[in-house]
Amino acid sequence: MLKRIWYVVLLSAFTLSFVACGGKEDEEEEAPPKSAAATSTSAAAPATAAAAPAAGGATVTGKVTFTGGAPQLEQLKMDADAYCKAAHPAAVYSQEVEVNGNGTLKDVLVFVKSGVTGNYTAPTEAVTLDQRGCQYHPHIFGIQAGQPLKILNSDGTLHNIHALPKINTEFNIGQPFQKMETLKKFDKPEVPLRFKCDVHKWMGAYCGVFNHPFYAVTSDQGTFEIKGLPPGNYVIEAWQEKYGPQDQNVTISGSESKTVDFGFKG
Amino acid sequence: MSTVPSPILPGPAAPAPVAHELPHGVHPAPTSFWRKYIFSTDHKVIGKQYLFYSLFMLVIGGFLAGLVRWQLAWPGKPIAFMGKLMPEGMPNGQMLPEFYNSLFTMHATIMIFFAIMPILIGAFGNFVVPLQIGARDMAFPRLNLASFWVAVPAAVIIIWSFFVTGGAAQSGWTSYAPLSAIQPRGQTLWLLSLLVLGISSLLTAVNIITTTINMRAPGMTFFRLPLTVWALFITAILLLLALPVLSGAMIMLLFDRVLGTTFFLPAGLVVSGNALSNAGGGQALLWQHLFWFFGHPEVYIMILPAMGITSEVLPVFARKPIFGYRAMAYSIMGIAGLGWIVWGHHMFQSGMNPILGTTFMISTMVIAVPSAIKVFNWLGTLWGGNIKFTTAMLMALSFVSMFVIGGLSGIFMASTPVDVFIHDTYFIVGHIHYVLFGGSLFGAFAGLYFWYPKMFGRLMNDTWGKIHWFLTFVTFNFVFFPMHFLGMRGMQRRIYDYSQYAHLKGLQPMNQFMTISLFVLGAAQVILVLNFFLSLRRGKVAGPNPWRANTLEWQTSSPPPHENFDHDPTVYRGPYEYSAPERADDHWPQDEPPSGAAPTRAHAHG
Amino acid sequence: MRVLGALRTVAVALGASLLPALAGAIPFWLRLPPAESSFADEIDRIFRLILWITGVIFVIVEALLVFFLIRYRHREGRRARYTHGNNRVEVIWTIVPAVICVVLALLSRRVWAEIKQRMPEDAMQVEVTAEQFAWNIRYPGPDGKLGTPDDILTLNQLHFPVGQKVVVSLHSKDVIHSFFLPEFRVKQDAVPGMTTKVWFDAAHVGHWEIACAELCGLGHYRMKGFLTADSREDFDKWLAEQAAAGAPSPAATAPGGPAPTPAAAPANAAPPAPGVSPPADGKVSVPPADRTPAAPPAQEGKQTP
Repeated sequence: MLKRIWYVVLLSAFTLSFVACGGKEDEEEEAPPKSAAATSTSAAAPATAAAAPAAGGATVTGKVTFTGGAPQLEQLKMDADAYCKAAHPAAVYSQEVEVNGNGTLKDVLVFVKSGVTGNYTAPTEAVTLDQRGCQYHPHIFGIQAGQPLKILNSDGTLHNIHALPKINTEFNIGQPFQKMETLKKFDKPEVPLRFKCDVHKWMGAYCGVFNHPFYAVTSDQGTFEIKGLPPGNYVIEAWQEKYGPQDQNVTISGSESKTVDFGFKG
Repeated sequence: MSTVPSPILPGPAAPAPVAHELPHGVHPAPTSFWRKYIFSTDHKVIGKQYLFYSLFMLVIGGFLAGLVRWQLAWPGKPIAFMGKLMPEGMPNGQMLPEFYNSLFTMHATIMIFFAIMPILIGAFGNFVVPLQIGARDMAFPRLNLASFWVAVPAAVIIIWSFFVTGGAAQSGWTSYAPLSAIQPRGQTLWLLSLLVLGISSLLTAVNIITTTINMRAPGMTFFRLPLTVWALFITAILLLLALPVLSGAMIMLLFDRVLGTTFFLPAGLVVSGNALSNAGGGQALLWQHLFWFFGHPEVYIMILPAMGITSEVLPVFARKPIFGYRAMAYSIMGIAGLGWIVWGHHMFQSGMNPILGTTFMISTMVIAVPSAIKVFNWLGTLWGGNIKFTTAMLMALSFVSMFVIGGLSGIFMASTPVDVFIHDTYFIVGHIHYVLFGGSLFGAFAGLYFWYPKMFGRLMNDTWGKIHWFLTFVTFNFVFFPMHFLGMRGMQRRIYDYSQYAHLKGLQPMNQFMTISLFVLGAAQVILVLNFFLSLRRGKVAGPNPWRANTLEWQTSSPPPHENFDHDPTVYRGPYEYSAPERADDHWPQDEPPSGAAPTRAHAHG
Repeated sequence: MRVLGALRTVAVALGASLLPALAGAIPFWLRLPPAESSFADEIDRIFRLILWITGVIFVIVEALLVFFLIRYRHREGRRARYTHGNNRVEVIWTIVPAVICVVLALLSRRVWAEIKQRMPEDAMQVEVTAEQFAWNIRYPGPDGKLGTPDDILTLNQLHFPVGQKVVVSLHSKDVIHSFFLPEFRVKQDAVPGMTTKVWFDAAHVGHWEIACAELCGLGHYRMKGFLTADSREDFDKWLAEQAAAGAPSPAATAPGGPAPTPAAAPANAAPPAPGVSPPADGKVSVPPADRTPAAPPAQEGKQTP
């Protein structure tokens, strides 16, 4: 009789310890991967992507020009993978320096480096980083700390999304399935934050993580626009993947428009 | 059939019975529930605790194997409930490659360290050795208690590691550096768990060695020891000497991971485009040498006890002495001794000097010989026997036949040029499972069916046991034999999706067949679970010696009293005197005095 | 004895006549992949020899086992033979396996030395640096030396001329990988901090795959390279193409002028150039998945085949 009770107790003890210690650690900073609708972290202010916190405020626009000889860009070895080669019959070159037709630079990250006061809640709408044709789209982007980042694999081949931050937490996730999405978040501001795919060596993307929404990426016309800046003294930085950062000061007093231009030399 | 003491006969005076008062140092039986069943120093209780522990972990290890095989049969097919249990590793129920890597890593780790070793050495070692040598308990009962209760947190840590960020360890159970040095946190927990478990193993090893040397009953010379004890004794020596090497290597790896040392990290490593900040100076191959220096004796640690159990079971149910007792004992020692100089056969393609490949090949070929000797001696034991097919016997026979396959497949990989092709393919995985499942696990099942009545006082249902055996035996072969073919086609180990390769594309049907067989194999184990638990209550009362066996554990009640024997037995003969012509009965217990003298055994407690 | 002899003859004749027929009927998964390199056949020969030896031993042992189980099963009134062994037979079955093992070891040793210990001298030198999860392949450039700036680099593409021995120097940037060419019976670990060497050759042109045979992370299963044996002219042509393709886009001419437009479609041209697509454009054609596609989660509704 006692023997039986003992065995029952022992068994339940084992089962219980297994179940109890099986509780998941809630340390992960990302929400469990879900479908397109990003899970909201808190009741955020009604937000569209990177919206200005309030109407009004100044606008900073500008152009990033490029002078000098455009550098030789490496040709991407897409034939390393039959799938990528099929997506790109013609030659593909590195996006390290993208010089537009009008002598400006595309994909330069421009942001307010210092001078921002006040708190800006992260938007709940996710920024999408897509892997398509064995390249990242977008190549350079900005995101707010705490804003969801949706990493999508549009390709029907394995990419792993390997984030290599210096301040935030590193992650490396395989995405073997087409249309697979992973949701991640960065908690702390950091510029630049590199992503790479280890299966396809040439794939690389950079983002800037900010505590505020005052950032932009130059277009294929080389221009950028940052809206909604409250009055204050700011340092604006333009960061280019190969040539690094350049800073300029700007002072905002009201709702005016300011122009801040940057020039990189080849 | 319980033994009935015969009346005292006139004749030469029998040795005076030993007094019933307890000798110095022996404690009275505990009375409280906690001391009796939970924190017990009684080797029989600890043996049973290890039994439950290892069977539980066996189920978990088997479940992990099922997940691995699911992915191999239907790559990418979701498993809904796993999506809820492990959202990081299996989002929406679809397995990610890194999770697959952790699955086979943890399957092997749990099976080797938390299932096979505890059941063979922790359960049978602890329960059987003192009984078979006629001792009251192990030499160090409190160390024994510590050994089990240290093993428990190790199990907790290893299971917990599944649920930390980054998942469980993912570098294979062999945990090769530098990969294991740069993996997420689960790897650190893996190392900690095994370091803790290593303590448990060392304590048990010390206990078994000391007990066997010091506590044999009068008349129990070394060459009258049951082969189970021989096997466990030699295994314990291997464990004592090999395990510290693993622990040392794991501490070094832990330091590389956590403290910034570089034992295994050469200079100039660039991971994902980032140069590692360490200074370098380490060697990747150092890990492999250290690991396999432990790792090869480890595989003999896992097979020798099963061989011992087989050598125990076969004579009992063939009613015949073991064929070549001394050869069997010496071959155990030969296997153990040679096991120290073959480790490099795991490293033929590793980049170590090819000349070492030749030397290790020679020693590996040589170690096949003592194993062959054992197989032939088992055949010799059956020859001319009077064989009874109980479940335990069927399991032991399966051990012999499956171990032959596992051992023969080892010859292929012992040949270095052939190993060039089959290294790190499924051929190796097939070999591993034929020796570890076909060998060790069938041996453990044999021990379970054989010693269950002694442990619990009741017999398991033999019909259901045979059904369990048959289903297990057949489906086991269906799952693992095709692995040799997969390996021949070049299918690598540890591969999440083999359909990426043109030369492997046609292998899915075979993989599906194997997976379905595995599910049947898993289902068949439910029979064992039910038989085990229902027989605790409803099994036929076993009596002291249901198998009519000779060894000392069967000359006391089932289960034995706290002090094992009501007096210290004296041994007069070897353990396998079956069908001796001068006996009317076909068995001859070791402690029965020579004919003409009175048996001095008191009434066995029924 | 005569009966046995006759039986044996019949068995051999039967086997010999059936074998060719059977050989055609052997399913692919019972056969080793076709052997491509010059030493692959020798490895296969040892494999088959071991298969025969172990096969015979297996049949004998298991048959004896089954025979004993039937012949010596328990029957009422029977008693087992009381014997403790036989020293002579112990000696025999110790020596016979030992001899077989020694013979196998000697045969294997020769082939092993040829494959691993001796690198051919007249071989083409190629350097392969493995990393998570790709093979970086480096050919010596026009100066004929590896390790100089004119080296030709490819990713996952290893070509070599037929009939030419190739010595591959293996390195690794991060963790241990293994360079595995199944049809060539080539396998060698690439270990960080070390250089390991392996050689092979091909008798005819063809395409095969390079597989990674040492667990190296989540992309281990996907670390696939492409091995091609070309004719000598095709190889030279290919190598020249790789050298040219390795050249980056031509430099700009005028400072501040329009961006250089190389002859091939450049990444910097206006969309819809494949290299740069505006986000969410979807203009890049996405080829069908390269694996048995998994059903994506239900919320997407549509699946791309």
